[in-house]
Amino acid sequence: MSEGIGAPVKRKEDRRFITGKGKYTDDVRMENQAYAAFVRSPHAHAEIKGIEASAAEGMSGVIAVLTGAQLTGDGIGNLICGWAISSKDGSPMNMGAWSALATEKVRYVGDAVAVVIAESKDEAQAAAEAVEVSYSELPVAASIAAALADGAPEVHENAPGNVIYDWELGDGDATEAALAGAAHVTEMDITNNRLAPNAMEPRSAVATYDDAEDHYTLYSTSQNPHVARLVLSAFYQVAPEHKLRVIAPDVGGGFGSKIYIYPEEIVCLWASMKTRRSVKWTAERTESFLTDAHGRDHVTKARIGFDADGRIVGFKVSTKANFGAYMSLFSSAVPTYLYATLLSGTYDIPAIHCEVLACYTNTVPVDAYRGAGRPEASFVVERLMETAAREMGKDPAELRRVNFVKEFPYQTQVIMNYDSGDFEGNMNQAMEAADWAGFAARKAEAANRGKLRGIGMACYIEACGIAPSAAVGSLGAGVGLWESAEVRVNPVGTIEVLTGSHSHGQGHETTFAQVVAERFGVPLDSIQIVHGDTDKVQFGMGTYGSRSGPVGISAIVKACDKVEVKVRKIAAHLLECDPDELVMEDSQVKVPGTNKALGWHEVGLAAYTAHNLPADMEPGLKEGAFYDPENFTFPMGCFVAEVEIDPGTGKTDVVKFVASDDFGVIINPMIVEGQVHGGIAQGVGQALLEEMVYDESGQPVSGSYMDYTMPRAEDVPSFVVEHHNTRCATNPLGIKGCGEAGAIGSPPAVINAITDAIGNNDISMPATSAKVWAAIQASGTGMAAE
Amino acid sequence: MSTVSMTVNGMAVSADVEDRTLLVDYIREHLRLTGTHVGCDTSQCGTCVVHVDGKAVKSCTMLAAAAEGAEVTTIEGVANGDLHPMQRAFNDNHGLQCGFCTPGMIMSGIDMVNRYKAEGRELDEAAIRHELEGNLCRCTGYHNIVKSIAQAASEM
Repeated sequence: MSEGIGAPVKRKEDRRFITGKGKYTDDVRMENQAYAAFVRSPHAHAEIKGIEASAAEGMSGVIAVLTGAQLTGDGIGNLICGWAISSKDGSPMNMGAWSALATEKVRYVGDAVAVVIAESKDEAQAAAEAVEVSYSELPVAASIAAALADGAPEVHENAPGNVIYDWELGDGDATEAALAGAAHVTEMDITNNRLAPNAMEPRSAVATYDDAEDHYTLYSTSQNPHVARLVLSAFYQVAPEHKLRVIAPDVGGGFGSKIYIYPEEIVCLWASMKTRRSVKWTAERTESFLTDAHGRDHVTKARIGFDADGRIVGFKVSTKANFGAYMSLFSSAVPTYLYATLLSGTYDIPAIHCEVLACYTNTVPVDAYRGAGRPEASFVVERLMETAAREMGKDPAELRRVNFVKEFPYQTQVIMNYDSGDFEGNMNQAMEAADWAGFAARKAEAANRGKLRGIGMACYIEACGIAPSAAVGSLGAGVGLWESAEVRVNPVGTIEVLTGSHSHGQGHETTFAQVVAERFGVPLDSIQIVHGDTDKVQFGMGTYGSRSGPVGISAIVKACDKVEVKVRKIAAHLLECDPDELVMEDSQVKVPGTNKALGWHEVGLAAYTAHNLPADMEPGLKEGAFYDPENFTFPMGCFVAEVEIDPGTGKTDVVKFVASDDFGVIINPMIVEGQVHGGIAQGVGQALLEEMVYDESGQPVSGSYMDYTMPRAEDVPSFVVEHHNTRCATNPLGIKGCGEAGAIGSPPAVINAITDAIGNNDISMPATSAKVWAAIQASGTGMAAE
Repeated sequence: MSTVSMTVNGMAVSADVEDRTLLVDYIREHLRLTGTHVGCDTSQCGTCVVHVDGKAVKSCTMLAAAAEGAEVTTIEGVANGDLHPMQRAFNDNHGLQCGFCTPGMIMSGIDMVNRYKAEGRELDEAAIRHELEGNLCRCTGYHNIVKSIAQAASEM
């Protein structure tokens, strides 16, 4: 069927976006709307000595100036991290208090201290600048090294030495013994650079309080409106769930940064109650850099050992992770259960041990950003594999081939159980598509032009659809990680699918409809996907961790299963046949080879008129389902990057990029390839261009698009995206997920290519022209090319 | 405050605006044409691109008052009929994901095709990528945006 599973159907949702009719949160305007502007700390660490608001309160248009003392006085709770991680010694993580408006101390530049509510945005901003906050500056720890140094200033009193937790996974003794007996050990220090997510739509909130009903409505740039409502209700005490509606309309990208519930949403809701006005806040881009949760920021020491045949015998990883000034909602899970658990990579490794020390610094909180832990793991594993191959004089592809996991299911030494895959098949496909064999000739040709050409690969694996709920609960998660769906067949046969997943660019309105269209043999246009509104959708856990395919669609399939049972019973009753004889196709429910057939709409109508239903059947045709996965899914693949470097300037061009992914069953290849393209661009950005930089005093120095280098169209090539898919064994459609893969596999592929080109393995991300030029000078390869 | 008059999407409009009001704020907040977006505060992202007297302009870099008497076209006004070829090309080639940068991309794309055609220059992939210097996208990796503009260039 041309609209069903596997068809590259054009997106249903595009029309409103290409005609300017998309509705994003900042496009919402309420009656009686006022504007919020936040007073933010200019210091990375300081005591608040006083807040003088009288001048601001007297300014034009000002409705109220609200502070943290009032917020806490009204019983609004602290922001929390929802995943409990314990240290090696069994002690719980040290979570410092985080008030939506700081009361006694500020801990990063941008920490909100007060909010002005005014009639216009300009008046709110002018008054915010007139709020006088007196600070007493404190010493600053703006980096991992500064935070963990002897005598470092403490960010939170309850976190001695700034340590949040000191955690481990795997068998330390076995790993050390294996490394001691190894024929070759490769050791590396690796930094994973700090990134700003930079969804193109800045975060925004519009909050309204209805005092007659004591009810709140929040429009929010959220990837997961139900989670927002849950947290706002259960932890932040803004309003109980039945008195709070969260709507996430069109959301302009997220990449993780819109999972979390930030101080601004809490404050807008609370301020709407205080002022009895709708309150709108939209971040300026500078505020986004200052307040959106950043990603990555790991410092790692790793050792991998091999026997004489090149087989891995042991892998030891010690990582320090920067959490920023407060523990964001899922921060604790990122360098633990989303990182250490992926350190077996695509390889059969008999002994692994990972230690993770998480620390506070005086920087904005760090949390999940596209890939979340898995890019960091992939970078460590694939940089070490490449380096080890070079040190041992082995072909990097062959070293990987020898060590690949080849039989499934495969139990790693770090919790994960891989269900399926053909790792060698993806590597072969990528190498062929990249013409790996012809690289030497291209390198020689480039050398004739005075350019250094290099090739590198990365064989990533990741884990999507975090689950099952009972398992993640045993590992400390504060929530279940299922998804819910409701499938409603209307009396006229059209279908609404209500899903707890929420698209912020992923094309759910098309992909999800394709699944249902194929299932019931009805046109795509007869199906509407409903999402992003807690008053409409029954419940949901939202979209992150590439979970909408493997978990969200699985819930829809489960609801469709129930609908199908009822459809068959109704049709069999009306057609006087066996339910199992029926097929659903061409908008009919029929017995093949006979004239027994009902229009799909006739079944819908029969269900709702209820004039002639089987005995004891309830009227109506809608079913709901909650789907709790039995395992993570494991997308994997092989990426090959080819770069050309100008030795005179260090400027690196990615001239070819090939991806071969295993995403299991693909619903819409056009959309899936688009996800890969975007992920690769973000990974190339991390490898070459992007870094969120703080100076020693905790001042962000890359806080605008004039300073933070976003990948532009000329910075990336057109990509070659191929698939070599094996069916996921643990969910109904065999889907593995595709949202993060591009960002996970590409940084090591690019850096492996650069180091191949310049003959110097000592380079950190982002590999800017200046760094590459310096590395060329250090190795002398520039002269060789010239 | 000044009274500013201009033509937006073929309609004559006039309003009293503060002298500091940016064209993008006038379009979004006064005219409620919210297809034109604001994605940054340094005139880098290009989500606010509109056409002023036939040329692509970042509407965050221009005061509303400076558009006095101008012909302004926003994303809501580009189609002469059902869809502009550039709009259709973005749909055909999956040139958008979250859609936030899309109006600016389409407005820049139309402008670049028009300029290259007027100058008789070939708008190849390298030229498209170069011309997109002022438009940021975080979702698509630009791959399908480039394809979209190339398709529209062959049809316009």
